[in-house]
Parts: sequence; C-alpha cells; structure tokens
Amino acid sequence: MSESTIIIASVEGKKRRSWTFTIGAIIVGLQVVIGLMTLIWTPFDPSAMSGGRLGAASLVHLAGTDRLGRDLFSLIMIGSRIALTVGSGAIVIGGLIGITIGLLAAFASKTLDDVLAAGLDILIAFPTLLLAMLIVASSDGASLTTAIVAIGIANSAIVARLTRILAKRVLSMDYITASRISGTSWLGVVMIHVLPNIWPTLLVNLALQFGLAVIAEASLSYLGLGAPPPNASWGRLLQEAQATVYTAPLGAIAPGIALVSLVIGINLLADGLRDLADPTRRSRR
Amino acid sequence: MTALLDIHDLAIRTGSKSLVADLSFSIAAGERLGLIGESGSGKSLTALAAIGLLPEALMASGSILLDGHQLVGACDRELVPLRGTAAAVVFQEPLTALDPLARIGRQVGEAVRRRAKRDGAATDKASITREVLSLLDQVALPDTGRIFNAWPHEISGGQRQRAAIAMALACKPKLLIADEPTTALDVTTQAEILALLKRLVRERDMALLFISHDLPVVAGTVDRVLVMQHGRIVETGAVADVFAQPQHPYTQSLVVAARAFDDALEMTA
Repeated sequence: MSESTIIIASVEGKKRRSWTFTIGAIIVGLQVVIGLMTLIWTPFDPSAMSGGRLGAASLVHLAGTDRLGRDLFSLIMIGSRIALTVGSGAIVIGGLIGITIGLLAAFASKTLDDVLAAGLDILIAFPTLLLAMLIVASSDGASLTTAIVAIGIANSAIVARLTRILAKRVLSMDYITASRISGTSWLGVVMIHVLPNIWPTLLVNLALQFGLAVIAEASLSYLGLGAPPPNASWGRLLQEAQATVYTAPLGAIAPGIALVSLVIGINLLADGLRDLADPTRRSRR
Repeated sequence: MTALLDIHDLAIRTGSKSLVADLSFSIAAGERLGLIGESGSGKSLTALAAIGLLPEALMASGSILLDGHQLVGACDRELVPLRGTAAAVVFQEPLTALDPLARIGRQVGEAVRRRAKRDGAATDKASITREVLSLLDQVALPDTGRIFNAWPHEISGGQRQRAAIAMALACKPKLLIADEPTTALDVTTQAEILALLKRLVRERDMALLFISHDLPVVAGTVDRVLVMQHGRIVETGAVADVFAQPQHPYTQSLVVAARAFDDALEMTA
C-alpha cells in the first residue's frame, strides 16, 4: 500500500468514527443528565397515582401511565439512573478484578497461567445471566448492590481473558526485552509499557461490557432478581407491562426504547473511544 | 585481565531438543567480536543468554560469566542490576524495539533515569531531558527537539534504529550486543548505522558482540569472528584469516556465495 492510500484511508476513517462518536456521546450524555436530574426532580412523583390506569401518551404524561396510574416517563427517567449506576459499578468491579487476574496470568509461570486460563474458560462458558443469578440467589436477597456485584464478577472473566491475551502479546515484543535490559522491574514494565499498550483495546471492551451490564441488569430485574421495588428498573417496567402488552403496548415499548438507545449509544461511544486512547490511530498533526 | 563476557560449554535446550551445544568464547573489554550463522543457528539465543534473558521454556547449562557474575541459574533479582550496566542490546527490527505508545524522548529518558538513579546522579526532569537530547545528538539524529517529542511511527526506520541505539547507550554499557541491527534497513541506511556503531564503540571504549548473517557487514565491523551452524561453533579466528582461508565447508560456502554476489555486481556494472 502506498503512503497516500494510507493517509486517505485514515482521514476517511477518522470522519466516520468521529460522527459515530458524537452521536454516541449525545445519547449517553443525555441519559446521564436525565439520570442525575431524577435525584432532585421528576415530572411526577414516581410512586404516586397521578393519572388514570393505563393512560395513553399525552402532553401531561409523555409515555402514558402504568396499570397503577403512575407516570411512566418519570419511572423511565429513574430507570436510566439505575441502569447507569449498575453499568458503572459493574465495569469498575469487573475491570478491577479482571485486569488484575489477567495481568497475573500473563506474568505467571506456565502452570499457574494454565490453571487461571482454564478457570476463566469455565467461568466464561457459564452464561453471564446464569452466573449473576447464582450469585444473587446465594446472597441474602436481591438488592441493587447484589446486582452490581453479581454482574461485575460475571463480566470480570471476559475482561481477565482479554487482558491476559493482550498483555502476553505486548510482553513478547522486543521493546519489553529492551526495557528489561535497561533494568526495569516487572512492575515498571506493567506501568510504562503493558497498561498503555493494552488500554485502548481494553477501554473499548469495558465500554461494550457496560452495555452488556445494562442489559444484564434489565434481565435480572425482569426475573425479579434485580433491584426490588420501589426502584423502577427498566427490566421491572418491562415485566410489569407484559400482562397488558396488548391493551397498552406503550408500557413495554417506552422502557424498551430507553434501554436500546442507551446500549446503542454506549457502543457508538466505545467505537470512538479507541481512537482517542491510541495515538497511533490519531492523524498526524 | 579477565574477560568481560566469558561463555564456557554453554548448552541451550528445549525439552529434549538441543538448540546450542558446546559453545565457548570470550570477549575482552573493548574487543569487537562477530557472530555469523544462518537463521536458526542459535546466534540470537546466544545473545539472549549472554544477558540472562532466555525464555523460561529454554534450559541453559554451562557457564556464562558477564563482568564476573555467573548468569546460568541466577534469579531475576540478581540479574536486574547487571543488565544495562554490563551489557545492552540493539535489536534487528527497529519498529518493535520501540514502544509504539511512548514518545522517543520518554523511552530514552526512562533508560537515562534508571542509569542516573543507579549512579546517584541528578534525576530531575531538566537534566534527564538534557542527557536525552545529547544522546540523540550523539547517534546523529537530525532535529533532536522534534524527534524528542515524536511517536515511533512518525520517524523513519533508520531514525528508529538510531533511537534504539541511543536507548542502549543511555545505560552506559561495557558490552554492546547488536543482534542483526542492519538487517531490516536499506543498504545506504545500513552503511550509516554501521559507521555509527563503529564510531560509538571506539569513542566509548565498549566491547561489541555483532550478530549477523551478512558476511561483508561483519567483515567491516569486527576484529574476530565466530561462525555458527546448527547451534555449534564451526570456525573461529581473526576476520582476515577466516575470510581469506575458510577451513570449514560451511564457511567456505558463505565466502563463495559472497564472492559470487560481488562478481555478479561487477558484471552488471
């Protein structure tokens, strides 16, 4: 490939990427603002019966009311906060555990590495939801914290496996040997070379895990294993709307749209994040 | 006086397969030694063993004395202080020898800082930067201010190799191991890098272990040469003697091939 084709390709790629990044950032930003806003204000008291049962969408009740006459739009706004809380909590827990175990495996002796890799493969073979259900079921009871911890642990296996593979690839490079020769300790190698080099890929993966965590939380809540009432999780709104889905479809569609838009927004954002984190993918100044 | 690097009866094996056997040679301070052999003859493994960086899966036996310290069987903690001060390495592929996500100044600076810390010299940012710029200047890099702030992908292959050499020099090693440092470069850049290495080795009074498969490159760079084949030394001697009167069939075939290449060049010229 000639120099000029590379440059053209990267310029076009950059345009497309920043476009998706902007849309992703707007969607996620909007959800964050709405989520934070519910801490101080919602259009209606989410637990009060402010309208008729199963009311249609109107200028007063933007997404109609549920079967108890509560304002659905207010509930969805609160659901946004819960989804973002669970997503952030889950990737912090999953990231910390996963990156630590992954790095350990990459540096460990062959035997320990084999044991860790096999353990991770077994964990990954369990569906995330099943694993999270097991953790919730074995704890005292369903709560928001249990859901965050359960989803975080379930996600950590995937993060750990990715970290291990990425770190191993970096560790096999000549610049690691060169750095070792100049007398860098293993901890120095991790901080100076390994983490910066695996970070762009890891960041994208963590962002995708965020989206999966949001879906996992909705699924747990749908099954009644997520945050208990009065927390209005999207999953629970979907479950409550299920019985009346033919008479009042908006009750299922509205939280569904909120969930899908957040996950799409996060995925678009993840795509753009990679380019921000990796200087070799930025265009030359 | 004792040799800087003294390898005696070195054998490297993986499982039951022998990669290097009966290897013995030594390098005195300031001496330039060439190591020639085809791919897979054990040249690079020997270089890695000489600084105690053999992969875990490989077993070394025999004796490697680097600056008076035994490397075979030594643990990592004993090796760290030796690396860099006793020996540093320049690698074949300049692109992978530099971290793609660290600016040149930072990479060379890390090595400078560690060396300064060890020597008890100043480690403040200004003096490290000054030292890095002076090193970049010594390896004849142009526009050192720009290169200091450049990412590895923003400079050319020859410049990357010079930066890698600057990184090796930052450690102030007594022995410089150059593992095919010119193989990935074009012929004119190759000649420049060789001239640079020769000048630096002379100026800094370093010993040089030069590894290559390229006969003419080795001939112009070192005093003494070792020829390796299938993990064993097949011939050794002063450069002029070995190339004028090769004894081993493998060395003879190398010399014949190099001559044939020269003749072919003259015919077309």
